[in-house]
Amino acid sequence: MTDLSKAMSNTPETPGTPPPSRTSVPLTAASLPSVAQLIVGVIGLAVGIFCWLILGWPLIGSAVVGGLVYLVGLPAWSLAVEGKRAATDRMMTGLIWTTFVVAMVPLVSLVYTVIDKGRRAISGDFLTYSLFKTALGQPDGIYHAIMGTLIITLGAAVISIPIGVLAAIHLVEYGKGNRLSRVVTFLVDVMTGIPSIVAGLFAFALFTLLFGPGFQGGIGGSVALSLLMIPIVVRATEEMLRLVPDDLREASYALGTPKWRTIMRVVLPTTIGGIITGITLAVARVIGETAPLLLIAGLADKTNTNPFSGAMSTLPVQIYSFNSQQDTIPLAWGAALVLIVLVLVLNLAARIIGKFFAPKTGH
Amino acid sequence: MAKSIDVSDLNIYYGDFLAVQGVNMTIKARAVTAFIGPSGCGKSTFLRSLNRMHEVIPGARVEGKVVVDGQSLYGPSVDPVAVRRQIGMVFQRPNPFPTMSIYDNVLAGNKLNAKRMKRAEADAIVEKSLRSANLWNEVKDRLGKPGMGLSGGQQQRLCIARAIAVEPQVLLMDEPCSALDPISTSAIEDLIHELKTDYTIVIVTHNMQQAARVSDETGFFNLKATGEPGHLVEFNPTKKMFSNPDEPSTEAYISGRFG
Repeated sequence: MTDLSKAMSNTPETPGTPPPSRTSVPLTAASLPSVAQLIVGVIGLAVGIFCWLILGWPLIGSAVVGGLVYLVGLPAWSLAVEGKRAATDRMMTGLIWTTFVVAMVPLVSLVYTVIDKGRRAISGDFLTYSLFKTALGQPDGIYHAIMGTLIITLGAAVISIPIGVLAAIHLVEYGKGNRLSRVVTFLVDVMTGIPSIVAGLFAFALFTLLFGPGFQGGIGGSVALSLLMIPIVVRATEEMLRLVPDDLREASYALGTPKWRTIMRVVLPTTIGGIITGITLAVARVIGETAPLLLIAGLADKTNTNPFSGAMSTLPVQIYSFNSQQDTIPLAWGAALVLIVLVLVLNLAARIIGKFFAPKTGH
Repeated sequence: MAKSIDVSDLNIYYGDFLAVQGVNMTIKARAVTAFIGPSGCGKSTFLRSLNRMHEVIPGARVEGKVVVDGQSLYGPSVDPVAVRRQIGMVFQRPNPFPTMSIYDNVLAGNKLNAKRMKRAEADAIVEKSLRSANLWNEVKDRLGKPGMGLSGGQQQRLCIARAIAVEPQVLLMDEPCSALDPISTSAIEDLIHELKTDYTIVIVTHNMQQAARVSDETGFFNLKATGEPGHLVEFNPTKKMFSNPDEPSTEAYISGRFG
């Protein structure tokens, strides 16, 4: 009771007093000149270059100092002229751009280095010859590794796409939070975190059990990669299927369509673009795997297009092998560039296919 | 083609929760029957139980009888898919299929069920359905365009065309005009008037004037109290309902003195 009356008496408002008369707030305020950003930026750049060239500081330290000058200088100037809110705005804008640049630096640097070093190795011979020498002076090539990567990745996709998409359909359309679907969801989450070498060991053990010790073959690599790929496909497809509004399913049911036809003819077509994008991302994720392939698919100089027998080289494993010998390191860069271009082409293809299948809005 | 519906002692549950209790009514063939009542009183649930659409929601079940043309909808060997082919439905929000053109949307009921037909036959169905839905003149030059490109009112008429393209016995409409402007609403009300010569129509609406304008018979649903199941308070010809209702609570609701 006393608490309550205390709380009541705490409210400062006394009824009956008229509200204080309002003064009109001016809508204009002082602002920095539009070139302020440029000026501070140039000063920051100058300080950075000064530290680097005149004081002889390391490049990264100089860049940090120059950046700090900009990040502190512009908000300080803004605080003096424009006030607190504008200063905060300028500081946060600066911070966000800085983090963006910091995030882009390694990516741009990596792509630049690979293109710069890789393009010297690339040639028609490099792409069409294998490492298997049939004549003296035959050029080195990675044709065998390109074929190996394509065959093994295709094999992994053939295994994982049906399993992954169908599992996701079960989880979303039929599971609806029952015990089985909760267990499956949990297992998929666990599988997402499996280290790739463990997937390789699993495939290795499986094929040793089935075909005896020492088995090497592309199919083993496909199985190992599919273990890594399935959870990604399930997750991506699940998210896409959940985006399909129930309105559409009900519209289909109300026309007397059975559930399976509704899924095949309404739900999947509506979301196929997103599913294809998810699948491509999964492929891009596994195409660069090295460890499991080193274990089960092995390394071969000769082009092997039969995934069921014999060792099969892949680009990542070939890069690893090139890199372990001093004289073939340039070839490693060339193979790395080819691998990146493969992933890029896959991504572009996925975007185009996704666009092509996306529901049309008619605008 | 049109059939009457007899409902007796219908209870509808969601899990253990009794949503609608003890409904008895006869819905006349070739007439418009409207359901009115406050939100949450079970009008839509009851409507959906007439073509077993409520079963889409997990845990929903029904006790009692719904008989269409001598056949019980909830008999042991009745296929809900077959029921829905006979009893079509139009929803509150227009929901044309986004992947399909206007033409394919109208034919969706046939195409989704993989019914084969000649091109001329399909063209005839599309034109007839769109004409019945008063949409033909607006879309005849762009049948190949996506259905999502139409305005809200046109989309809803497209959904009605889609529902009548499979020639159902009964057409259920769950607040078909609540997302539409007055002009589109008026177009759909005119359409309901025309359709009732061929179809049995059941419509749920929050708009009392709409119920008075379009329907021949009206059912008033209400809750006894919050948390109690909804029930049918009164079921009478619309004229009587809006001039001299039997129940005082109906009169209170209709004249706006509710709650």
